[in-house]
Amino acid sequence: MAFELNGKTYETDEEGYLSNLGEWNSDVAAYMAKEDDCDLSENHWEVINFLREYYDEYQIAPAVRVLTKAIGKKLGKDKGNSKYLYELFPYGPAKQACKYAGLPKPTGCV
Amino acid sequence: MLHTVNKSPFESSSLRTCLALARAGSDILLIEDGVYGGLAGSAHSTMVEDALKSMKVYALGPDLKARGLAEDRLIPGVQVVGYDGFVDLASANDKVQSWL
Amino acid sequence: MSETKKFMYINRHAPHGTVYAHEGLEVVLIGAAFEQDVCMAFIGDGVFQLKQDQDTSEAGMKNFSPAYRALGDYEVNKLYVERESLQERGLSEADLMPLTWEDEDDDWAEKPSIRVVSRAEMSDLLEEQDVILNF
Repeated sequence: MAFELNGKTYETDEEGYLSNLGEWNSDVAAYMAKEDDCDLSENHWEVINFLREYYDEYQIAPAVRVLTKAIGKKLGKDKGNSKYLYELFPYGPAKQACKYAGLPKPTGCV
Repeated sequence: MLHTVNKSPFESSSLRTCLALARAGSDILLIEDGVYGGLAGSAHSTMVEDALKSMKVYALGPDLKARGLAEDRLIPGVQVVGYDGFVDLASANDKVQSWL
Repeated sequence: MSETKKFMYINRHAPHGTVYAHEGLEVVLIGAAFEQDVCMAFIGDGVFQLKQDQDTSEAGMKNFSPAYRALGDYEVNKLYVERESLQERGLSEADLMPLTWEDEDDDWAEKPSIRVVSRAEMSDLLEEQDVILNF
């Protein structure tokens, strides 16, 4: 699968995850979100940027339990809980946010 | 002849067999998991040290790096080559025997 | 919740020449969701998986070794490494990645995950397990 944006073609897997992490940019994230009827706010970006940093350091996309705990540690307990994260990403915080961040599907329970 | 070995000597007998059959003057190139055979101070270092008396032993640099093995961990005399060195060795020898 | 079982993942292969190590690590990360009492054992060439400074950029492969550092986040924090296997390979504990986990019950104190054990201790650990999986 693939989509076109600003004159460039982006390859994805059958679930819409970007094939080449290196091609990611913020327009890609915004485009993917729009396709899901989601407008990216500052709070969304906080999680997306966090995921990109996590991937950069560990070379894996974290499972939802790991993401929740790590967000709590970095951004505070009011953000490190499933309720907050599911409100931002109703399709599942790890799954949906990883997609917008250009990462592969998370390793472990999504 | 150029002999290449791509298996760890701790897992497979290919390095031992290769060194037993290679003639003096041969080139031995350790690649992939074979580079573990170049480690100094291991249980299999002695056979490589013996081989170095009559043959040249090389290890592929990118495969060493991938495994976190710095050059100073190798048996003295084992030379590190890049992909270009691999090609040079292959073309300098009339035959290439790959011990799989 | 059913009772917790003791799971051991045995790793006996070097990291990049075959897919065992990478696949095994993925299974451990996925299995971590089941909240069992998990440990990993590194025996034979498996000890090479934890070697520091792995850099696959020139060999043109994905470097999955940073993912071992995420094991602590997945609450996999008992990594037993057999001392004899290190010694046979000319390695020591100082050659291994400094893997740690943060203890939530102890004000997020960082604690080491790697424990170098003797072959005899490893043998005892094997006996203690309910389930053993091999990679």
